[in-house]
Amino acid sequence: MNTASVSLGTSVSSQSRFMQLVLSAFLGIFVIGVVGFSHIDAVHNAAHDYRHSMAFPCH
Amino acid sequence: MNLFRNVVFVAAIAGLVAGVVLACMQAYATVPLILKAEVYEQAGGGHQHEHAAAPAANATDTNAMSTAAPAENAMSSAASAPAEAAAPAEDEGWAPADGFERFAFSVLANIVTGIGFALVLVAVSEFAGGIGNWRQGIFWGLAGFAVFTLAPGLGLPPELPAMPAADLTQRQIWWWATVAATAAGLGLIAFRKSLPLAILAVALIVAPHVVGAPQPDNYVTSIPEGLHHQFVVAVTVTNLVFWLVLGAVVGVVRGRFTGTATSLRDSFA
Repeated sequence: MNTASVSLGTSVSSQSRFMQLVLSAFLGIFVIGVVGFSHIDAVHNAAHDYRHSMAFPCH
Repeated sequence: MNLFRNVVFVAAIAGLVAGVVLACMQAYATVPLILKAEVYEQAGGGHQHEHAAAPAANATDTNAMSTAAPAENAMSSAASAPAEAAAPAEDEGWAPADGFERFAFSVLANIVTGIGFALVLVAVSEFAGGIGNWRQGIFWGLAGFAVFTLAPGLGLPPELPAMPAADLTQRQIWWWATVAATAAGLGLIAFRKSLPLAILAVALIVAPHVVGAPQPDNYVTSIPEGLHHQFVVAVTVTNLVFWLVLGAVVGVVRGRFTGTATSLRDSFA
């Protein structure tokens, strides 16, 4: 991976780079999980049409 | 945390744009079908108190349950009993009121998860050198569509309210496992130039469908097959456009951010 000079973070070490990207991905998965997959009734009802429209498992 | 901040920034813009686009498409393509299906759900006796509220309408609904025609009858019965709109709230806790509030929460969900999908897309693509321009973004978007919509949608097609389904948690586990296996498979094909790994990739992509998605005990539903088919098409196409927009916007925003859009052109192949 020698593209560091043209990546989004120009001056980070490869280990730090790895951790930050993994953290970003997990943050995204967490957000999707809460809005689209939470079993809490209020969250389900709020995003009900969205869950159906995204073909997320629902009900 | 310079890189993290930049990833979040690019993802926020792309997720916002793609989320708003998807919410607009859903308002025209999928939500009207969900509302139609909810009429069947209520006509099918999902909520007891309706029998008292609209007994005359219920008679016609049960007659017509197995045919594809009763949408108009059922729709008018729903209109004649506005109290039904709030019905789910009694059984299942708080729910947004029908109309603007419900729409607003859908838009919010679209934007928030749009940013979530964008975070995953940007983070994963950065490992592979990053999305350099809108055209690379289209290809990354196609991959996202295959991973998050096509693959899980084969085993668990988009479902309308009142359709039978297996245990929720089991379906969610299958959904995430399929997403992970398909993503790993596509990654191996795209970024490892090795035949054995390509074969492993195909096995990974096929495996969830050999295992099979959790299925309901029976498939009896009052939802007409035509309505469901229409919904499957609408969901698939709107998600395709969402992913293409998401990828393309990531490419554009990231290109502006780094100022090196053109130098990444050949990093994909």
